[in-house]
Amino acid sequence: MHRVVITGTGWVTPMGHDIETVWRRLLAGESGIGRTDLFEADSFPTSISAQVRDYHFARFVDEAIFEGVSRNTQFALGASAQAWRQAELDAAGVDPERIGIYLGSGEAALDYEAYTTAALAAWDGEKRQINAPRWAQRASALMDAVREHEQEPNMPLCHVARLIGARGPAFNCLTACAASCQAIGEATEILRRGDADVMIGGGAHSMIHPFGVTGFNRLTALSTMNDDPPAASRPFDNTRGGFVLGEGAGMVILETLDHARQRGATILAEVMGYGSTADAFRITDQHPTGDGATAAMREALTDAGLRPQDIDYINAHGTGTRENDGNETVSIKTVFGEHAAKVPISSIKSMMGHLIAAAGAVELITCVLAIRDQILPPTMNLHHPDPECDLDYVPNKARKAPVNTAMSNSFGFGGQNDTIIVRRWSA
Amino acid sequence: MRRVVITGIGVVSPIGIGAEAFWRKLLDKQMGVRRIASFDPSGFGAQVGGEVPDFKIAQEVPKSYRKATKVMSRDIELAVLAAKDAFASAKLRSKADAEADGGAMDFEPSRFGCNIGAGLISAELNELTYAFDQARRGPGSDQIDWGKWGREGMQQLTPLWMLKYLPNMLASHVTIIHGLTGPSNNITSAEASGHLSIGEAFRTIQRGDADYAIAGSAESKVNPMGLMRQQLLGRLSATSNDHPAEAVRPFDAAAAGTAVAEGGALLILEELETAKRRGATVYAELAGFAARQDPHDPVLPEPDGRSYAAACRAALMEAGVGPEDVDAVVPHGLGIPSHDSSELFGLRSVFGDDLKRPVMCPIKAQIGSPAAGCAIDVAVAGLIVHTGKYPATVNTRNGSINVATEVREGQPQVVLTAIYGLGGQNAALVLRKV
Repeated sequence: MHRVVITGTGWVTPMGHDIETVWRRLLAGESGIGRTDLFEADSFPTSISAQVRDYHFARFVDEAIFEGVSRNTQFALGASAQAWRQAELDAAGVDPERIGIYLGSGEAALDYEAYTTAALAAWDGEKRQINAPRWAQRASALMDAVREHEQEPNMPLCHVARLIGARGPAFNCLTACAASCQAIGEATEILRRGDADVMIGGGAHSMIHPFGVTGFNRLTALSTMNDDPPAASRPFDNTRGGFVLGEGAGMVILETLDHARQRGATILAEVMGYGSTADAFRITDQHPTGDGATAAMREALTDAGLRPQDIDYINAHGTGTRENDGNETVSIKTVFGEHAAKVPISSIKSMMGHLIAAAGAVELITCVLAIRDQILPPTMNLHHPDPECDLDYVPNKARKAPVNTAMSNSFGFGGQNDTIIVRRWSA
Repeated sequence: MRRVVITGIGVVSPIGIGAEAFWRKLLDKQMGVRRIASFDPSGFGAQVGGEVPDFKIAQEVPKSYRKATKVMSRDIELAVLAAKDAFASAKLRSKADAEADGGAMDFEPSRFGCNIGAGLISAELNELTYAFDQARRGPGSDQIDWGKWGREGMQQLTPLWMLKYLPNMLASHVTIIHGLTGPSNNITSAEASGHLSIGEAFRTIQRGDADYAIAGSAESKVNPMGLMRQQLLGRLSATSNDHPAEAVRPFDAAAAGTAVAEGGALLILEELETAKRRGATVYAELAGFAARQDPHDPVLPEPDGRSYAAACRAALMEAGVGPEDVDAVVPHGLGIPSHDSSELFGLRSVFGDDLKRPVMCPIKAQIGSPAAGCAIDVAVAGLIVHTGKYPATVNTRNGSINVATEVREGQPQVVLTAIYGLGGQNAALVLRKV
């Protein structure tokens, strides 16, 4: 079985569009959360979010080749271009069939003005149903083929493949908030088997649009602390009231160790272990004792051949919902036992919100950076201790700490749980 | 390396619910592409599609789970139905059976994985537009007032509205109903989703992360939005509205596009020794899998079918067989001329002049294109291996491939099924008789 290493990283996030800027701001405890202005959100229960601002994907790729792509794809292309550049890979030097892609990208926003207009034009109020022929006439006039097609969740992958010329194994998975963590885990498995030499792994997503916010507001999953955006995301704090939507993309270049060594690549970290489980409990709730999450962490440890005390840092799923943070804490205690109180845990969602399908990749990159610089990003807004959440969450201030091995957790709505462990590279 | 076999097949299709009914009707040349009946299609260019016969999902789930059927979109219902059929076919007692009679489950939940491919699920338009109507800008206006929507409109939607449309919910419901806590994934790679899901689940068993998995895919595009998107892309046959049975013509000179459809298939995959120990019926061995990306174009497959061919070759190599060993091929065979041409180029580059020999079994003429639900093709490949029967090919006249208008019988040892999807993901699976 091949060993797998990370040789490139890239991200586009609400806190910036390159690795160093975002990392510096995370360590400074800054916030990417503000008023939502991507659409008219003022009257929504939640009118704040963490938007990617002032981003121009033409800075990274030739816009003309990618005309009409979605916001998700724009993020994916920028993050992929960064990661590819950092890895100093030359596509000409690698057989394109040996370069694969595994993304966990989400669906793009509906063309919501065309969508609502066609629907309202065709509404038969008496019958309480759409007049389908009238809808067809309006929709075919208002909707655009490319814009509709680009909503498919595998389109960021399609365009990243076009950017790189990749012809190897390619998949998009969409296990909700676990998706891009899962994608990187599964990409690792493909490399371990030897089915590719290089994999691009990660994800892109934005749900900051009227229907995304509607959906989460109806579930009462979002913070409604509209008056104080930087304080709205409060993972593990006793006054936490839901998560804040973010958006963006995170991408890593994964390679077999042999391939990275042969070409003299700079290795950023080694992927040690991956675990994937299902709660099989309820579509609306996580398992109350966190059985699925516990099993995912344990599997990742077993896969890595590591013990709980080998983990120096946990990047938590830490959404800031009542349910997640309590359950995740229970799971960590179950897995880590006595060591649970000693291992620092933090949630960067306190600063950049929840990037949904893209969250796992961005958080794994955070682990790689924590290992590089031997410093942990803080959990901001943690001022009121929750008796249920009594571990070390690195509150409010970054902390220097020896970090050799880090674990990243991602848990999806619907019960898919994924954990990845990365370690400082040493031959 | 651990070997993996198919021990259960569940199918939901326009020609029948249940793998047994599906297979019987497929061999009987029944046509599932008809004028669309679930809504009035008269304003659309193409008005035909493959619709699944009526069923009531609440009657297909354990009593304790009936309430949850209220948050199942059509796509989720299809997957839940196919899963029930798959478990019954595998004669494996899951949590659903254990709850019904208080007996035991046949497996350890954490050793059972789930990987169900899905598409971009369309929201139900009537439910949503009723709510839009509460936020209309004014009488007679077709514009929504987002201010009103945020204050009042959205309140009309059930709190769990969004959960109907998350693509991972197909897998979520199936894992809950049947009690499966092993590795779980959800591939969303358009038409290739089913083949890719089965391939990935195959890998989890091979490497020892699970002993069983349920894998496949389901989707419905028979709804106004699904139909409109395909129409905008120009993929549909719009010249056969008066004779729907002739609409989809895979690899035929008169092909004019495909037809939307709904359906899906879920297979039970099992580690060979585990299957032997319990005396399971083995439909076929999953002997090879490969995936390849086509970076050519966001919509059109590359004309020479290069990535498709590369996937086929790699899957055959893993199975340790050559093209000359392949007895039958279940291709995508969409009926879109440029796509069929690309697929044939790909197949020709794998088989060369020998392409006239393997039996070619495209099935989309009979069921339409179930989009991400194309795991049905893999079910067909498994049923060919299991029964030794090759479905007849309806609506295809093509002298360059081995098709026949009648069902044929043989002793197929190796069957290849391959697919390409919108967005460029290609996949191939090789099934072998054990």
